Amino acid sequence: MSEAGTGDLTARVVIVGAGHAGGSAAAFLRQYGHTGPIVLIGDEPLLPYQRPPLSKAWLKGEADADSLQLKPTTWYEEAGVSLRLGGVVVSINRGAKTVTLASGEHLPYDYLILATGARARALPIPGADLSGVLALRTAADAEALKEALGPGKRLAVVGGGYVGLEAAASTVALGGHATIIERESRVLARVACETLSVFFQDYHGERGVTFVLNAGVEGFEGRDGHVTGVRLSDRSVIACDVALVGVGAVPNEELARDAGLHCANGVVVDIEARTADPFVFAIGDLTHRPLPIYDRQFRLESVPNALEQAKQAAAAIAGKPMPPHEIPWFWSDQYDLKLQIAGLPFDADRQVVRGDVAAARFAVFHLKGDLVQAVEAVNAPPEFMAGKQLIAKRTPVSIEKLADTTISMKEVAA
Amino acid sequence: MAKITYIEHDGTDHVIDVKPGLTVMEGAVKNNVPGIDADCGGACACATCHVYVDDAWLDKTGEKSAMEESMLDFAENVEPNSRLSCQIKVSDALDGLVVRLPESQH
Repeated sequence: MSEAGTGDLTARVVIVGAGHAGGSAAAFLRQYGHTGPIVLIGDEPLLPYQRPPLSKAWLKGEADADSLQLKPTTWYEEAGVSLRLGGVVVSINRGAKTVTLASGEHLPYDYLILATGARARALPIPGADLSGVLALRTAADAEALKEALGPGKRLAVVGGGYVGLEAAASTVALGGHATIIERESRVLARVACETLSVFFQDYHGERGVTFVLNAGVEGFEGRDGHVTGVRLSDRSVIACDVALVGVGAVPNEELARDAGLHCANGVVVDIEARTADPFVFAIGDLTHRPLPIYDRQFRLESVPNALEQAKQAAAAIAGKPMPPHEIPWFWSDQYDLKLQIAGLPFDADRQVVRGDVAAARFAVFHLKGDLVQAVEAVNAPPEFMAGKQLIAKRTPVSIEKLADTTISMKEVAA
Repeated sequence: MAKITYIEHDGTDHVIDVKPGLTVMEGAVKNNVPGIDADCGGACACATCHVYVDDAWLDKTGEKSAMEESMLDFAENVEPNSRLSCQIKVSDALDGLVVRLPESQH
C-alpha cells in the first residue's frame, strides 16, 4: 500500500465526478507527472465541460458542446484517462478501497478524489414537475432552456441569484421577456451587498426585466402538463412560457456521508483538499473547506475553487509542492457588465464605494478596520485586481485614498 | 491550422497545431500545456493566461483592449510584450507564433 502524499506516481486514482473539478484533477495529475491509472467517472453523458457559459453564451447560441469541453475528446485516450461517462457510483468501501458503480462494477483505488459537485435546490411545491419548470446546472438543462427561449417568449425566474440574473440577461438578448421573483427584499441578497443589488436590479429593469420582490412562491400552474405560470402567495399569477428555478445548490455529499466521511454542508476537507481519510480527497462545490484568511470553513461554488482544490489533490497525490493558496473569487457577465468579486465580506464593519455607480463603473470594498476583506467590482478591473492583492497581503489601506478615484489603485495598494 | 510554439518558463517547448478561431489560451489549455491556467475560461476576468509574445509577432497579434490592459496592469512580472492569451484569436496569419510563459500565473 502506498503512503498518503509521498508521491507514488504509479498509484491508481479514481475520480468520482467529471465536472470542472474532476476533469481538471485528471489533467493536473498528468501535468504533474502521474503515470498510474486514472479512472474518471461522471453521471452525465458528456466529457468534462465548462458550466459558467451555460447561462450566457450557450443560451445565446454562441457556444456549443465542443467549445465548452475542458479537453478535446482525443486527449483522454492520449493521456490514458479511462472514462466511465453515464456512470453512477453507488457506494465507497474505504476499508477495501473500492468504489461500486450502479452497473455492479467494482473499481479499486489507491487514492479516491470525490468531485460530485452540487445540484440545483428543488422547490417542493405543487407543479414543480410540470414540463417547462427547469433548473440550470447541466448542459442538458441549458439546452432545454435555450429551446424554450426566443423572441416574445416569457421566462419566469424563481430566485434572484446570479443564475437567474444571467438567464434574464440572455432572455432579453434573445428578444424575450423575463420576470424575476425573489423572496427577499432585494436580488442577490445572499451573495452581494445592497449597493450591488440595487444597481443590478435597476440595470435589468432599464432593459425590460420585471422584478417581483418580497414574494413567496406557492406553486406552478400548468395546462396539458406544461407550465403556464408561477402562482405567488398573494394568489397572483406570473404568466410564463418557461420557468427557471434558481434558488441555490446543495452539495452531492450523500455518497461521502454513507461512507462515513464527515459532512457539514459539504464534505469537510483540510487545506490540501484531504478528508479525514488520507486516501480520500474531495474537491470543488462539494466541499466544506478552510478559508485561512477568514479563519473559518465555508462551502464555495466557483470554478476558481474547483481548480484550486483539483491542483491541491493532484499535487498531494503526485508528491508535488502545494500550489499557493488563493483568494476566493467569482465573476458574472450580464449585458455589457463584468462583475468581478474577490474575497468574502466576513466580519466586515464598513463599506467604501469607489467610482461612479450611475456610470456602471465602480467597486464596493468591504473592510474590517483598515483591512480589505472583499471587493465587488463592476467594470472595474483595477479595483478587482488590486483589491484581490490587498486581501491576500493583509496590508492596511487608507480609507480616504481608497474612496478617491484621482488616486490610482496602484498607489492605494502600494 | 496555425502552428503555435508555447515555451514554458523552464524552457520546455510545446509545438501545437491550433485551429483558427480558437484563442491562443484555448490552444494551450485544450492540449494540456502547463503554465496557462485560464481560471475564468476566457472571460478576461482573471489574468491567469498571461504570455509574452515573441517580438517578431507583436504587430500580428493586435492591440490590447482597455479591459485587457487594466487586468494586465496588476499581473505579476508584466513586460511590454505581455498579453492575455484568451484575447488573442488564432488565424492563419499567426502560423508560426511563439509565446513564452511566465514563471507563475498567480
